[in-house]
Amino acid sequence: MNHLPLIIKREYLTKVRNKAFVLMTFLTPFVMIGLALFVGYLSSVNNDTVRNLYVLDETEFLSESFKTNDQTIYTHLSDLDLETAKTLANQEGAYGLLHIPKVSLETVSKSIRFYSEESPSLSVISSLESKIETKLSELKLQNIGVDLDLIKASKTSVEINQESFEGVKTSKVGSVMKLIFGGTAGYLLFMFIIIYGNMIMRSVIEEKTSRIIEVIISSVKPIQLMLGKIIGTSLAGITQVAIWIILGFVLLFTTSAIFGVELSQTPQQELLNEALSNPESTDKIQMLIYEFNSLPIVNLMLAFILFFIGGYLLYSSLYAAIGAAVDNETDTQQFMIPILIPLILAIYVGVFTVIEDPHGTISTVFSFIPFTSPVVMLMRIPFGVPIWQQVVSFLILIATFIVTVWFAAKIYRVGILMYGKKPTYKELFKWLKY
Amino acid sequence: MSVTFHILVRLTIKTNYMSTLLETKEVSKYFGDFQALDSVSIQVPKHSIFGLLGPNGAGKTTLIRIINQITMPDTGSVVLDGEPLQAHHVQYIGYLPEERGLYKSMKVGEQALYLAQLKGLSYSDAKKRLKYWFDKLEIGHWWDKKVEELSKGMAQKIQFVVTVLHQPKLLIFDEPFSGFDPINANLIKDEILQLRDEGATVIFSTHRMESVEELCDHIALIHESKKILDGKLIDIKRNYKTNSFEVGLLTHDKKALQQTIEAKFKVAPAEFKSLHDDLKLNISLESEGTSNDLLAFLTAQSQVVHFKELIPNANDIFIQTIQNNHS
Repeated sequence: MNHLPLIIKREYLTKVRNKAFVLMTFLTPFVMIGLALFVGYLSSVNNDTVRNLYVLDETEFLSESFKTNDQTIYTHLSDLDLETAKTLANQEGAYGLLHIPKVSLETVSKSIRFYSEESPSLSVISSLESKIETKLSELKLQNIGVDLDLIKASKTSVEINQESFEGVKTSKVGSVMKLIFGGTAGYLLFMFIIIYGNMIMRSVIEEKTSRIIEVIISSVKPIQLMLGKIIGTSLAGITQVAIWIILGFVLLFTTSAIFGVELSQTPQQELLNEALSNPESTDKIQMLIYEFNSLPIVNLMLAFILFFIGGYLLYSSLYAAIGAAVDNETDTQQFMIPILIPLILAIYVGVFTVIEDPHGTISTVFSFIPFTSPVVMLMRIPFGVPIWQQVVSFLILIATFIVTVWFAAKIYRVGILMYGKKPTYKELFKWLKY
Repeated sequence: MSVTFHILVRLTIKTNYMSTLLETKEVSKYFGDFQALDSVSIQVPKHSIFGLLGPNGAGKTTLIRIINQITMPDTGSVVLDGEPLQAHHVQYIGYLPEERGLYKSMKVGEQALYLAQLKGLSYSDAKKRLKYWFDKLEIGHWWDKKVEELSKGMAQKIQFVVTVLHQPKLLIFDEPFSGFDPINANLIKDEILQLRDEGATVIFSTHRMESVEELCDHIALIHESKKILDGKLIDIKRNYKTNSFEVGLLTHDKKALQQTIEAKFKVAPAEFKSLHDDLKLNISLESEGTSNDLLAFLTAQSQVVHFKELIPNANDIFIQTIQNNHS
């Protein structure tokens, strides 16, 4: 008798009706958007604080580098000795005092000091340093008689136009976009495995602790129960993610409608507007659109679906086996590590080597190893992976999945009826032979 | 003549064969190096209550799991109603395991429907039958409650209903009364007897002998993975009877009477309730002696107010067999 649909239905409904699940589903987008707004608010508050910097420039030639702007007010002190200036700055609650002693141009770079009550923020110091560096090198150049305008005129920006032998144009911006696509897909899979794999594991443990398992498997085959659990939980997961996406979009549009004015004033928006008005960046944007259109969208979608399902099933069967092997969640730690290591490795390989060289040896090898292939391959595909590689990798994944399910089902079949002490790896190995 | 005999023999074989619902043949099972069952063969007659007895860890639950196809035997086979055990047979078996429970966060009705459908009932059939049972046990108002809201006894009633709902030919109860309060235990016992009368066959695994005495027609005793005794309970009792009698005798001089009897028979003091201040003894006869011989001897000496054959109870048989097996 095929009870799979019945089991899937029960697993799905139990998950979806669970109060915590419902709460998570509907609250997460609000929390996320709220968090984003909060962080935005915090950084704007941070930007709003105006710093009052006192400058005591005894050389006089650096003063014009420090011009008051929105965030910083520079107060130039003159005809004061250092001690008086320090006391004054302290009394008047200045953020700090920059002291440039009267020494020669060659030695001044080593003798500048910044006095403050608290240790100053890194960005303040670096901004001061860069201002002084620019000014000093300009002065030095002037001293040896170099025309600064000539130097400015000689500044060149180089952009190499990339094109494959088949005539497909790419660019650095395009690579970044591809990385974002691949990275999102890989990361989504990673999160999905961890969240819903854990959910499967908990649901197996629940059947054990509530002692209903023996009643169930006197009616259905353990492998049917396991598959039903995996599929039912995945469907619940897909439902949840779909709701998140829809709700996220709705919230994004409503918030941007409400705070519309403010959103249009974000720096990114300004940059974009600026870029649009600049003919050089218009080229870049056109390139981006061209790149987007030349992405292997169909391949990407298909590969995403297949590798996502394959990778998820592979890992979730392992999660189910762990759930069956132990009695409670605290005992799962020891078995979780071997699952998490390849997953994390996949993310690292994806982020560090695919960005460097999407078709290098390491990325290629890891996109064939079944436990890392779903994540790494998904990250590589936007850069164009030959179809045969994708097919071979997928076949390896499926073959491994079949072996893993067999292995997991064995552990599951024995484990669900075992109570009491936590099994060791040696015992798990013995269960395979029962 | 010979033809008639032949037919008769065939008929007998046929009826014998047909009257066995479940048979395990030389079933063995290993878990790693540990042998859980050592060629265990049992025959469970139709419409009987079959007691599967044995100390803890003897292998009862393993055998039951093999019958339920939860685990597979390493060697040997199981035959249900004349057919080798197959996957679809699960719908003819109702199993109440020793480790039993329900999904805590699921509603009672939904859960019962789910479990019934797993046993092959259609949704509407399951609903109809559940209504019947819920009305019968007066638990209809629990339908929309979550299991976690129920007491343990209430949950056990539901487990029982779910076990018998699909009207299985074979019911297997593993320690059914453990954890049941006396009222529910009695209720379940009556239901089990009624199900047997309606045509079901019951396998009943326990190490509690008093319930064996009350319920079982046949028993099999499993000890250290082996079956060491089986048969009709009454036959086993006959085999184990010691030809002993419990007597109460009225006399003036108890000591003298006891000495007279001790001279002729093996005697042990006995204890039972009586209205008299009588001499209470257990008297064992030699194998050839009959109760009439003893009675004649006793009536000649005293007034007999109590005379009863000592029948070994299941507990005695259980302990004795296992001890014999050790020595």
